[in-house]
Amino acid sequence: MNIRNTIDNLKKPFNKGEKWERFAPAFNALDTFLFVPNHTTKYGAHIRDAVDLKRTMITVILALLPALFYGIYNTGFQYYSQLDIDYTIIDIMIHGSMKIVPMIAVSYIVGLAIEFAFAVFRGHEVNEGYLVTGLLIPMIMPVDIPLWMVGLSVAFAVFIGKEAFGGTGMNILNPALTARAFAFFAYPTYMSGNQVWVSEASNPPVDGFSGETILGMLASGSSSLPYQSMDMFMGSIPGSIAETSTLMVLIGAFILIYTGVGSWRIMLGSVIGAALTGMLFNLWGVNELMSFSWMNHLMVGGFAFGVVFMATDPVSAAQTMKGKWIYGLLVGLFCILIRVFNPAYPEGVMLAILLMNVFAPTIDHYVIEANVKRRLKRINKPLINIA
Amino acid sequence: MHMSNDIKIKNGLTIKLKGAAQNIVKKAAHPKFVSLNPSDFHLIVPKMVVKVGENVRQGDVIFFSKKDERIKFCSPVDGIVKDIVRGAKRKIIEIIIDVKKSQDSINPNFIDFVDSNSEEVKNILLKSGCWPFIKQRPYDVIANPFDNPKSIFVSGFNSAPISADLQIVLDDQKEEFKTGIKVLSKLAPGNLNICVDKNSSTFISEIEGIQIHKIKGPHPAGNVGVQIHHIDPVNSGDRVWTLGAEDIAIIGRYFMTGIYNPIRTIAVSGPPVKYPQYYKTIVGSEISKIISDAGVNINDSLRIINGDVLTGSKVNHDNFLGFYNNTLSVLREGDHYRMFGWIPFVNNEVPSIYKTSFSWLFPNKKYDLDTNLNGEERAFVVTGEMEKVFPMDILPMQLLKECMAGNIEKMESLGIYEVAPEDFSLIDYSSSSKIEAQYIIRQGLDLMISEVG
Repeated sequence: MNIRNTIDNLKKPFNKGEKWERFAPAFNALDTFLFVPNHTTKYGAHIRDAVDLKRTMITVILALLPALFYGIYNTGFQYYSQLDIDYTIIDIMIHGSMKIVPMIAVSYIVGLAIEFAFAVFRGHEVNEGYLVTGLLIPMIMPVDIPLWMVGLSVAFAVFIGKEAFGGTGMNILNPALTARAFAFFAYPTYMSGNQVWVSEASNPPVDGFSGETILGMLASGSSSLPYQSMDMFMGSIPGSIAETSTLMVLIGAFILIYTGVGSWRIMLGSVIGAALTGMLFNLWGVNELMSFSWMNHLMVGGFAFGVVFMATDPVSAAQTMKGKWIYGLLVGLFCILIRVFNPAYPEGVMLAILLMNVFAPTIDHYVIEANVKRRLKRINKPLINIA
Repeated sequence: MHMSNDIKIKNGLTIKLKGAAQNIVKKAAHPKFVSLNPSDFHLIVPKMVVKVGENVRQGDVIFFSKKDERIKFCSPVDGIVKDIVRGAKRKIIEIIIDVKKSQDSINPNFIDFVDSNSEEVKNILLKSGCWPFIKQRPYDVIANPFDNPKSIFVSGFNSAPISADLQIVLDDQKEEFKTGIKVLSKLAPGNLNICVDKNSSTFISEIEGIQIHKIKGPHPAGNVGVQIHHIDPVNSGDRVWTLGAEDIAIIGRYFMTGIYNPIRTIAVSGPPVKYPQYYKTIVGSEISKIISDAGVNINDSLRIINGDVLTGSKVNHDNFLGFYNNTLSVLREGDHYRMFGWIPFVNNEVPSIYKTSFSWLFPNKKYDLDTNLNGEERAFVVTGEMEKVFPMDILPMQLLKECMAGNIEKMESLGIYEVAPEDFSLIDYSSSSKIEAQYIIRQGLDLMISEVG
């Protein structure tokens, strides 16, 4: 317990009535990161489950890691495969890491600084939610986005998306998608087009550098894609950093569902919603996006990543069990609708989730009303149990 | 009239702990002191009848409810009032009675109630000191004698972790229990419901003239509130009365003998208990003698709980048994740090409803849980976890939020009348934000009592 004693000594100036009391939340955040505190039950149940928000959030991060590592690989792979030089897997990983690690660092430093400041200012403990948000934000950005833009998007998301609503648990919109939407609308040239999806594509060292996403190609009417369904599933396609591999996202989904941390209802609902909508459009099929196979729709444009890691955010999603089904179905439906009817926004899944974030309280409202009505109905219903 | 309805509870959780009481019933040593503790009776303001130094006989009134003088609280023993302990604002904390070495014997006197009507039975119950055993839904407080309940519910089994097995508790009081049932039938004719565990057979199922329901499923299947919800739910304006099974035997004994003799069969259980077993004693008896006989070392840092580990109240070893509980639980205090204990799959000795601990690989393993909170309180973040352990058609998180907001109309429409704090105990247990759900619900119920009544 030597480390423990050291921490307890360091903690003294942060205790009640001492000079740095105000900053106790910041110190506690570091302390409780190292140790589960010695707090015992005061009210209610005397025993408690092992789970807490730290464990929940870290499970989400574990689920994100396969997609993150693949994202690092794909960044390097997309870069080198377009150059006419020899390269090894090590080159790929080094290039990918050089691009992505700084983005993650900026996201965590800026985001956590703001979170700590709010915790000290409001006198509450630092919430663990940003551990996930801070990793998600770089994972859904185009690889060439400048670091200052990452920092600015993070600041916008934490200030306006979260703290302005009262902090963790109170936000309407998913903070990570808020960051992406901010960058998307504030700096469209860095967030769309055919020059941003492959590392260094905007200053091509070689002519003929092609960095268009699949949905971008379809939107511009091209019918012959240079990619097979297998590429879309494995993820060796251009796109935002870590969303391209459906396989890696599925591994993450498995971790979330198996541990019980992520809502399978939302995930399955979204897949069903998107698949049905995709099938309908396949039958209609008047343009390239409509006739793009519904199965491929589920594998491109970050759909899988969005529904597994973003739509399932418990704070911004519907909160009732039935509401989660409805919310999921509508996320899937709107994602395909946006892609097909507004090709200027191939990021259908981002806008669909943000839209449904706004409507989630309304969905819950109707589910709650139905529950209330069932209870009222009982009063007039004769008891069937009694003969 | 005898019939059987099966009910299957799906959502819930069976928490397996070490230290369940063995099927051994010992007679506890004669207590030197017993106590009546007004805080066992929620919202009852006591009006004292006796003074310090006064002699009392078993069944003599010690205090009554300031709101309704007819609700009397009686001495469980012959003895002398030793002390009336008061706290802040002279609030009465405890009334301690020095127990006489030899209890005076009274000739049993059978009370004939066969032709009595419900008002007459009520009056006998009120006079006897047995009334406080009758509680009501909504609000989970002592029943109002002016009410006529639409039904009476009794849970015939406990499902909470390492709680007393009511079969053992009732084993030598079957006749008293049956008599008590006949008495209660007078209060809700044709609508006395007893729920039994579908997986075990009991003499209760053979009792005539009552509704027997068989319940299957994990905890809280044994909670009377869950049973009421599935059989005859409490709507606005309804009154449903509930009693503990052993308390019915106390009522039965009173009618068989004319003596208020509140026997308690206490399961002493918990991981630190060396000899977890049952003790026959009396309501309000001293805890220290019982737990030291059970092999509990009071010098260890322990939590002693009047009641089960999910709903009971913390007491000291020199305190007394509660008025209602059949279980005395003992846990180790968990005031220790665990390095990186929050990382998934670290510290697998603490089970979880999430598969973020390897505990799910060993479904039959019994755990030695302590009182550590295993985290810190946070805002509501995770959704859907409360529903997993809450087997009612009530939205638990939404109801909790409205209780916190004090929104009476919303609380009413979301089902506050049907719930008691104990129904939310598994939500306390499993909440990843460490939400104190039982506390919030109790505050909500108290608000309803003061605003709606």
